[in-house]
Amino acid sequence: MEEQGEFVIPAPPNEVWAALQKPDVLKECIDGCEEMTLTQENTFSCVVAVKVGPVKARFTGSVKIVDPDPPHSYFLDVSAQGGGAGFGSGRAEVKLHEVPEGTRLTYHVNGSIGGKLAQIGARLMQSFSRKMTRTFFNRFSQRWVG
Amino acid sequence: MNAETGIGASVLRKEDARFITGKGQYTDDISMFGQTHCVFVRSPHARAKINSISTERAMAIDGVIRVFTGDELVADGIGDLPCGWVVNSKDGSPMISPPHPPIATTLVNYVGEPYAFVVAESLQAARDGAEAVEADFEVLEAVIDMATASSSDQIHENAPNNQAYDWELGEKDATDAAFDKADHITTLDITNNRLIPNAIEPRAALGSYDAASGMYTLYTTSQNPHVERVVLALFVNVAPEANLRVISPDVGGGFGSKIFVYAEETAVIWASAKIGRPIKWRADRSESFLSDAHGRDHVTKAELALTSDGEMLGLRVKTIANMGAYLSTFSSSVPTYLYGTLLAGQYKTPAIYVETQAVFTNTAPVDAYRGAGRPEATYVVERIVETAARELNMDPVELRRKNFIPPDAFPYQTPVALEYDTGNYAASMSLALELADSDGYAARKAASEANGKMRGRGYSCYIEACGIAPSQLVISLGAGVGLFESAEVRVDVSGSVTVMTGSHSHGQGHETTFAQLVSDRLGIPFESVNVIHGDTGRSDYGLGTYGSRSIAVGGSAIDKAMDKIIAKGKKIAAHMFETTEDQVEFAEGQFSFAGSNEPKPFAEIAGAAYIPAVYPLDELEPGLSEKAFYDPKNFTYPAGSYVCEVEIDPSTGVSRIEKFVAVDDFGNVINPMIVEGQVHGGLAQGIGQALLEHGIYDADGNLSTGSYMDYTMPRAADLPDFDVDMTSTPCTHNPLGVKGCGEAGAIGSPAAVINAITDALGVKDVPMPATPHTVWETIQQGA
Repeated sequence: MEEQGEFVIPAPPNEVWAALQKPDVLKECIDGCEEMTLTQENTFSCVVAVKVGPVKARFTGSVKIVDPDPPHSYFLDVSAQGGGAGFGSGRAEVKLHEVPEGTRLTYHVNGSIGGKLAQIGARLMQSFSRKMTRTFFNRFSQRWVG
Repeated sequence: MNAETGIGASVLRKEDARFITGKGQYTDDISMFGQTHCVFVRSPHARAKINSISTERAMAIDGVIRVFTGDELVADGIGDLPCGWVVNSKDGSPMISPPHPPIATTLVNYVGEPYAFVVAESLQAARDGAEAVEADFEVLEAVIDMATASSSDQIHENAPNNQAYDWELGEKDATDAAFDKADHITTLDITNNRLIPNAIEPRAALGSYDAASGMYTLYTTSQNPHVERVVLALFVNVAPEANLRVISPDVGGGFGSKIFVYAEETAVIWASAKIGRPIKWRADRSESFLSDAHGRDHVTKAELALTSDGEMLGLRVKTIANMGAYLSTFSSSVPTYLYGTLLAGQYKTPAIYVETQAVFTNTAPVDAYRGAGRPEATYVVERIVETAARELNMDPVELRRKNFIPPDAFPYQTPVALEYDTGNYAASMSLALELADSDGYAARKAASEANGKMRGRGYSCYIEACGIAPSQLVISLGAGVGLFESAEVRVDVSGSVTVMTGSHSHGQGHETTFAQLVSDRLGIPFESVNVIHGDTGRSDYGLGTYGSRSIAVGGSAIDKAMDKIIAKGKKIAAHMFETTEDQVEFAEGQFSFAGSNEPKPFAEIAGAAYIPAVYPLDELEPGLSEKAFYDPKNFTYPAGSYVCEVEIDPSTGVSRIEKFVAVDDFGNVINPMIVEGQVHGGLAQGIGQALLEHGIYDADGNLSTGSYMDYTMPRAADLPDFDVDMTSTPCTHNPLGVKGCGEAGAIGSPAAVINAITDALGVKDVPMPATPHTVWETIQQGA
């Protein structure tokens, strides 16, 4: 599964960069995120409740920031286990560019899913992940609006 | 003969009273005292090493009794699941069958392969337990695409190039020579799409062990409980055969997928002795998708050599067959002896050569599914014949007629091993054309075009081989079982009859058809006949039901047992008439003697048999009960002509089947209503394959079509009002003159549908399933 996109956030790159490293910010912005803990430098563990079509599960996962180049780019390595519901893993490349409106963030994700999620939710995954991403950046941008 | 219930009467099915009122007794309806529940833990990966399995968290869950892993089965001497038919490669070497432990131990090779199972007090606790089993996998690159499997990572240590075998049949040189002198060669690259069986009742098992008697009892959804018993006893070492009783109660559909011996019933019956309590398992629908053996899945290149006026000279076929991750019970025979042997079709093509390379992939095992090899063969032959006719600008009907084996050529030896006993293909074709209102086609096509629609017509003249036989031939070709059938006809004191058959009914209506046979032959009321099947504790032996064998083989065995009943009845009657047995006639339920005007009804002879007053017991044993084993001399060869007319809406790509005519030759027919029902069901499955159904794995080996949201089953609205009719050339070598009707519809129909769609679109091929999307894209490419 591959996906890419971009969002413009009304804040300068260094602020965006800093916010993206904070567990409480991430928790607030990820839909269904119940826990987000920084376990060691650049590594988070998290619990996220998701519902993809008929598959509903609580995923425990780890998120690792790889090759950070503040405030320009980093990779995120993500893996998540949802017990009987399946699992997912992937790598996202995130880049920040300064633009007149603030920061243009581009992302490119390569991921795979397995288990029940793949068997009965695969067709819904793309729209699901788009919705998750849009929700994340909408909430994230709200920090600098109003 | 009683016209309302005898042979040829459309008697309503006895068994339907319980089925349609919810009174059927399926495996999951049966519960035992102290019963526990079982859930299998299945691999989420298509290919992975199992580094470790941790069961501690699962064991801690309230209600969980035991968590078993594959190692425990191995330690207890439980063997691998075998493949029962050894196919040899071209070079004479036997096929490679990789080890297939019921519960995976060190490697998992497809998504859904079980690697542990949890037994608990409740189903919920077992489910919770299964979720809590933790395995550490090292994920390996999965091999999914069969076309490139032989050059991909090797899945099994003993199977280089992921090849099970590379098989051939026919004369290669003669076929090449036929191509050398051909005026025209038609080539076709086609795929036969993977199908998922979807019986309405999922597989289930209830195993128990009685320590007092040492008896194991397994209730399970098997199409052949005796074979299940032999395999579990002899190969898997679950229990001595005499201590194992296998019962298939009511079974809700099988289509082949319930022939095989699977991991689940093996695990359940074995573990029931370990915990000393009965264990029940029933698949949920997702499990069925993942773990039932799938069907078809071929990639084929076919070439047909012809003269310029359409005489077929030679056929060359090269097929890759996807076997999935392991060789399932009878899988090896499907793309070989049940496929290559049928490539002559209804035609006198003098030279045929076929090669089949069977490959392993990290997908669920593939085995027999309604038709099993014969739908694939028919699809190749009937698609290429129709394509050749178009290329030669000939009417596809005329090209077929020109090449049909004529009625006076039987018995006919094909170049691919089979000897057809009888047939009249032109007669079926003529009747099909008449029913299809062939003369009115041009007007209907014009009307469709005036409406902005595209209309096409396709034909399919299939032949199939049912009731695979004779035993000694198939054993010489590698089969590990005989293919006879047994029957016991037990006449009761009152003259009613109980029939024990080794055939198994899972929707076919044997309780009715077999009762008609017995009632007709013995001249007793239909209601006086009770048919018992599906229980190794009640009938001696049996090979079960698949390959449309029940009436031809099972029915003939019953007929043979009735011969013995009548022979003994004559002996008893002779004593009553004070004559000799050769003077006694039996007809219409009466034993008669020319010297007496008082014929003896069947029931009176039955009574006399058990109340032995009139005959000397040192010459004749008391009682009237006879057994027979019937081994056929040959297959039976049902054949038919199908005509399909489709109308396609070019703006949506939707193909609507406007007309479907099926004319089949099943020889003599016992119950026309049941036969017609079998044809309807087969057509629905064949049309489902042609238009809708497709089992798809993604590149990582996840089953993308793992539910009814993504796997499209045919619905009533997808199907037309079928025109079904029959011609008859009775089988020449069984006593009933019957053939087999269970698979015909699924065998003949896909080619007719795709021939009609390609005709409408004016293209060479449209891959199955011809979904609206595929058809629409094909139209766009042409535009």
